[in-house]
Amino acid sequence: MTYGDCIRASITALKANLLRSILTSLGIIIGISSVIAMVAIGAGAESRVKESIESLGSNIMIVLNGSRTTGGARGGTGSNITLTEEDAAALQRDVASVEVAAPSVQGRFQLVFGNTNWSTNIHGITEEYMTARNWQVDQGRGFNDTEYRSAGKVALIGATVAEKLFPGEDPIGKVIRINKVPVQVVGVLAAKGQTPFGQDQDDTSFIPITTAKKRVLGGRWVKSNLVSQITVKVRDAQDVAEAEREVTTLLRQRHRIPEGGQDDFNIRNISQFLAARAESTRVMGILLASVAAISLVVGGIGIMNIMLVSVTERTREIGLRMALGARRRDILTQFVVEAITLSLLGGLIGVALGIGGSHLIAKTGDWPVLIEPQAIMMAVGFSAAVGVFFGFYPARKASKLDPIDALRYE
Amino acid sequence: MPAPLIVTENLSKTYHIGGGDVRALVDLSIAIPNGEMIAIMGPSGSGKSTCMNLLGCLDSPSGGSYRLDGQDVAQLDSDALASIRNEKIGFVFQQFNLLARATALDNVELPLTYGRVPRRLRHDKAARALEAVGLGERMDHRPSQLSGGQMQRVAIARAIVNSPQVLMADEPTGALDSRTGAEIMALFQRLNGEGITVIVVTHDEHVAAHAKRILRFRDGRLVSDEPVAAPIRAADAVAAMAVPEAA
Ligand SMILES: Nc1ncnc2c1ncn2[C@@H]1O[C@H](COP(=O)(O)OP(=O)(O)O)[C@@H](O)[C@H]1O
Ligand SMILES: [Mg+2]
Repeated sequence: MTYGDCIRASITALKANLLRSILTSLGIIIGISSVIAMVAIGAGAESRVKESIESLGSNIMIVLNGSRTTGGARGGTGSNITLTEEDAAALQRDVASVEVAAPSVQGRFQLVFGNTNWSTNIHGITEEYMTARNWQVDQGRGFNDTEYRSAGKVALIGATVAEKLFPGEDPIGKVIRINKVPVQVVGVLAAKGQTPFGQDQDDTSFIPITTAKKRVLGGRWVKSNLVSQITVKVRDAQDVAEAEREVTTLLRQRHRIPEGGQDDFNIRNISQFLAARAESTRVMGILLASVAAISLVVGGIGIMNIMLVSVTERTREIGLRMALGARRRDILTQFVVEAITLSLLGGLIGVALGIGGSHLIAKTGDWPVLIEPQAIMMAVGFSAAVGVFFGFYPARKASKLDPIDALRYE
Repeated sequence: MPAPLIVTENLSKTYHIGGGDVRALVDLSIAIPNGEMIAIMGPSGSGKSTCMNLLGCLDSPSGGSYRLDGQDVAQLDSDALASIRNEKIGFVFQQFNLLARATALDNVELPLTYGRVPRRLRHDKAARALEAVGLGERMDHRPSQLSGGQMQRVAIARAIVNSPQVLMADEPTGALDSRTGAEIMALFQRLNGEGITVIVVTHDEHVAAHAKRILRFRDGRLVSDEPVAAPIRAADAVAAMAVPEAA
């Protein structure tokens, strides 16, 4: 009996019990379709996250102030301010892989315009910051050298701030108050949207670092060269790890930290977030695989069950086939092929439903889905494997029947 | 003189059930030459089916030897027995044993699928076998669309499609009325006339009287082995029965 004969015989047998065949495949159908849909959704989410992480800049590193340890109690990050503008200058000058190192200060303040107000993060920046974070000015202009150097009373506001403070109005040229200090809005920043972690990047405003220290933050900042953070842009994203080591070495040297002493600064980069993403993707993958495995095993047991029933029901047919010259191998093949047909049928219906479901989710939920051909091939391959694995025992049972007993079976 | 098709020596079959043994066939020693038409007779439980199953290589003996066409069957494994059944023997059963879901043609093709006959050739051979049993017009019918006699004809077509040397039929007319039974016996006689050895198991004296030789069993033993002086010619009986109906 050729495989073609086996497949034809299987289809005839499955069609004879169509409803039962479909019900039997249900386990596989549900398993495969949910896995296909979940993988598609996961892959879609992954691609969206990757996109937005890359928009943040994968070659960006942020150096933050470290924590102070007082009598064993450690303060939070930034409680011990040691980073200086000279550190930033040194990083840019002495570390070859660093393109720019931008010092900045920051604080949260209320902005007031007329009788509207809005609290946001104010960054005191230098020109390098604009380069490092790739900020563009959408309307108006950026700060000029004089404003940077001599504490000009000017501000660049983010798109969200513009929307909140100046609904339906042109913000350019308007005077707002930051912590009671009047500054003129000279430009609106081009919108960047959300970070992968859900923060609105456009809810921000910039003023020159000199202005921030002298006029807004005041107090100890006025005459100091300290900064809140240094944003470092590495020339090539591949050199981030190497640059991080060099930056660490240089800063430890400059801060005179003895060997074995703790850093008084923290370095954050996007690749750490990427690593965290990779980890959560891995966990998601394991979860999906276990869902798939469980549903395939359950589906497989369903198939095994129905194949055992089928072998019993068709005992006389098996006996007849043996009497007509079927070898044990022919019977084995016939029933294994039948089980594979059943599970493949389930797999294919499952793939179709999974793709349909994914598209439905994509449409209704405005959620990106990505159907990968490998996922489909895996699904089909696994459902066939389930057929072989769970069909083998019933088929073997059929092939071991004694021809005469089978023929006489009532 | 060529060696007989079937030679058995002390062929025996004992079933072990519960406490005791059932000696279904005891020391059967016979020789059946090619071209013979044999009836196996006996009351129910006398071992007729057991004998036929052994001769048909469906069952293995508990003792004795059996040579089919010069080959010692006891030496063969299940694959070799399967190919002997496929190539040398054609079976006809009391209950027809057709596949309900398959057409007459597909049913007749079944032995050919196990004999590695190419698909095109199978169709031709199966169609010819169906024509030979007078069912050329019914090839696409399913068993449920056929009468009992027609179903048995399909079964006979299936038995002869692979040109076997011997046709073995266990109570082939048992489920049929006497007229249809006569038609089936006429078909067997015609096939026997064409050279196929025919062995028919029956408990019906009238059916047995169509054979050239009758073996009688009782309690698993062969009690008589006699030629039939003048076998009934089934074709005549069929013709005789057809007349009143036509009138
Ligand atoms: N599979 C079996 N197991 C046990 N006993 C059996 C089996 N097959 C047949 N027999 C016994 O063997 C004897 C002969 O049976 P069988 O050849 O079927 O008789 P017949 O066909 O002449 O009616 C009977 O007594 C029957 O009960
Ligand atoms: Mg019997």
